[in-house]
Amino acid sequence: MATAETNLKKIQVQRYEPESDPDQHYLNEETGLWAWLTTVDHKKIGLMYLASVTFFFFVGGIMALLVRTELWTPAKTFIEANTYNQIFTLHGAIMVFLFLVPSVPAALGNFFLPLQLGAKDVAFPRLNLLSYYLYVAGALIALISIVNGGIDTGWTFYTPYSSTTGGAVTIMTFGVFVIGFSSILTGVNFITTIHKMRAPGLSWDKLSLFCWSLYATSIIQILATPVLAITLALVGMERILGIGIFDPALGGDPVLYQHFFWFYSHPAVYIMIVPGFGIVSEVISTFSKKHIFGYWAIALSSLAIAFIGFLVWGHHMFVSGQASLASMVFSFLTFLVGIPTGIKMFNWTATLYKGSIRVASPLLYIFGFFFLFLVGGLTGIVLGSIALNVHLHDTYYVVAHFHFVMVGGMVMAFLAGVHYWWPKMTGRMYNETMAKISCVTIFIGFNVTFLPQFVMGSLGMPRRYFNYIEQFQIYHQISTVGSYILGIGFMMIFYYLIRSLYKGKKAEPNPWGSRALEWQVNSLPPLHNFHHTPVIINGPYDYHKPMDEFQLGLAENGHGHAPQHEAEVSSQEPTKAE
Amino acid sequence: MEALNDLLLPPAKSTLAHQTDTLFWFVHLSGLVLTIGLIGVLIYFVYKYRRKSEDEVTPLITHNNKLEVTWSVIPLIMVLIVFGWGYQVFMEQRVAPDDAYEINVTGQKWIWQFTYENGARTNGELHVPAGRPVKLIMSSNDVIHSFYVPDYRIKQDVVPGRYTELWFTAKETGESIVFCTEYCGTSHSDMTAQVIVHEEEEFDSWLADNAGGGSKPEDLAPAEWGEQLATEWACTTCHSTDGTSMTGPTWQGVFESEETLTDGSTVTVDENYLRESILEPSAKVVEGYPDVMNTYQGQLNDDQINAIIEYIKTLN
Repeated sequence: MATAETNLKKIQVQRYEPESDPDQHYLNEETGLWAWLTTVDHKKIGLMYLASVTFFFFVGGIMALLVRTELWTPAKTFIEANTYNQIFTLHGAIMVFLFLVPSVPAALGNFFLPLQLGAKDVAFPRLNLLSYYLYVAGALIALISIVNGGIDTGWTFYTPYSSTTGGAVTIMTFGVFVIGFSSILTGVNFITTIHKMRAPGLSWDKLSLFCWSLYATSIIQILATPVLAITLALVGMERILGIGIFDPALGGDPVLYQHFFWFYSHPAVYIMIVPGFGIVSEVISTFSKKHIFGYWAIALSSLAIAFIGFLVWGHHMFVSGQASLASMVFSFLTFLVGIPTGIKMFNWTATLYKGSIRVASPLLYIFGFFFLFLVGGLTGIVLGSIALNVHLHDTYYVVAHFHFVMVGGMVMAFLAGVHYWWPKMTGRMYNETMAKISCVTIFIGFNVTFLPQFVMGSLGMPRRYFNYIEQFQIYHQISTVGSYILGIGFMMIFYYLIRSLYKGKKAEPNPWGSRALEWQVNSLPPLHNFHHTPVIINGPYDYHKPMDEFQLGLAENGHGHAPQHEAEVSSQEPTKAE
Repeated sequence: MEALNDLLLPPAKSTLAHQTDTLFWFVHLSGLVLTIGLIGVLIYFVYKYRRKSEDEVTPLITHNNKLEVTWSVIPLIMVLIVFGWGYQVFMEQRVAPDDAYEINVTGQKWIWQFTYENGARTNGELHVPAGRPVKLIMSSNDVIHSFYVPDYRIKQDVVPGRYTELWFTAKETGESIVFCTEYCGTSHSDMTAQVIVHEEEEFDSWLADNAGGGSKPEDLAPAEWGEQLATEWACTTCHSTDGTSMTGPTWQGVFESEETLTDGSTVTVDENYLRESILEPSAKVVEGYPDVMNTYQGQLNDDQINAIIEYIKTLN
């Protein structure tokens, strides 16, 4: 028996040990296709998202390989210029809107946010299912545009090109519009869940950093996504009704479009990367068995990024013809947003100090993240400097920069998260050796693909080019070879993860010895996560305390919620579970 | 340093290019030091604190305010230096000297056009004097383009419905490539031009020779002039002369042929059809090709159009 003391009352806490190999869990309590399609269980919705984003990642990846293959020679290699333009557009649009934005929050976040909060589900389970269906509907609409004339504007849909070109721009933008609502609803759901559904004792300073990162992300999703929706609606109105908003031929202003677009799309970069930061914190702390260093610095820097991130959109427009004064202010703010990101990197490194580090595959992916994201971040500093941006804007340098951040940073963090939580999600262990081999393969393939792009970019190679001058061929060819290595790496992951479902060893409830809440329930978790509402006594990073203090606690009387929700709970006389 | 510069940057051919380069190296080398430092510490920690037994207990180290302040303030100072430096170089690149020589630039799918003070016009070739500031006053006829000269480290979007400016001083005679860096459709990557830098006197005589423009050079037959114009006005970016199908129909054998239009009707390609297609390209579009051609109304005069038609006739 333990006692948790709030500022108003003491809670007598009874510890209990989860059943070791339960017959009932979230995958077998409701079965059948219909149960899946109508489920309001956040874990199943998370898995459906995971399957969907993985599918679109492969579709987008195939597009990338086609683009890279076409660029093998300076002139036409095997596809026409118009086809090439459509393929790179789809690659960008699919990767951004169908993979990067929903990947961590909607797939891993959906699964683990309630588990880390000690909650049964998210605050609005039906809304959560609606988010998923909006995502699917938006994705299908976007895919219709491929067969309905294609779209060749680039994922940025810049006007007046997008308002005058042929093809299915209207359908595509409508699809993205619908997906935007999915993103907004997920954000609303997560913020409410974090505020209202924390288990008794789970004060803000015990909230996991993954939850903090999702919290910051949700704020951006709610505030920025409507602007994208409005903008795309305006493009649609211009195309269908001929209302002049962005097209100068109709009296509109094309640069206004860029302001609107980047007002969403720059914060969207943080929608993509901030949840990844959350995963990094979880994994580094778990595998170094050490309390995270600078908890508040990491938590608050996510919020700082979320807020400052709204004020830097103009750095995409240094050469667009915006005023020099505006460029100066945007450049200044861009450098400021680099600081909280730097703070995170330093705190993660400091966490390893005097830790007990085990380089398992999730941590190996995080190390990959660390190097690639560092390069991506520092080249962001280069691009933030106006004079350098003038030279490098819209060259392959920018392409390499955002791939280092988005693939090197975000995708590596996502893969780390998938490997870290795979035992909890599926109840199976994957082949650790293969996991390490493919991590190294991806790391090598990635660098071979994108480092040459920095070089050709600073030498002057513009992006979105079908033909190019011969001096760049050698860099393009190295890059193409790298992309094939990268492709093989991703296929390997796919292979051993699927294989683990059938042949993998059964996972322990807590194979990594983590102190975080989601690892204290069974693998697989029960349908409603916790048989009883747990009382939280220790923080998720309290590695200085022995493992048995982390068994789930249950209030002896009542539900454990003190009248004041922000109650502080401390543990006394920890005892073994009965 | 020179060799290193050539590894990552194009030759610096304008008077201000080296300023950008110095900043480029400063930021990259500082970044390299930071990367090596941080990754070095990481690798050291991972080795030194590797797990030796599963029973290890780690000390509780939650935070350290001095460290937090240090690693916030030092990077802040560094980025402020980069910010101020970048802004100062940028402003120097922005503000053209008062005595700059002005040239008008028009971007349209997929050609750069240049107009000089005396009415001389060139397509795809920007002629400038060496050692004298040149200011480009730019606008677009259709979508957004971007004028980028890597050798000069300058770039500026060219926007329909407004003027944007760019200036540079070429250090010495020679040629530099111009790229379009704002995606503008099918032949975006072919929308290139050359900056041709002359000695001052050479430039003046070139300019005088090309004054007015638009009339047939006396030593050329109309079809020969038409061939020249077709290249100069970038017709051949989209229309091949050897039978290959590109963005537009090939010119080989097109004259007097029967073509099916997008509305299903057919048309015989004669002088009138060709003239209409140059002046009003969207009126009758051949089936299977996108309606992307710009009008040349007000750009090509009658003599020039006639010459191009003569040239097309010779391709049968």
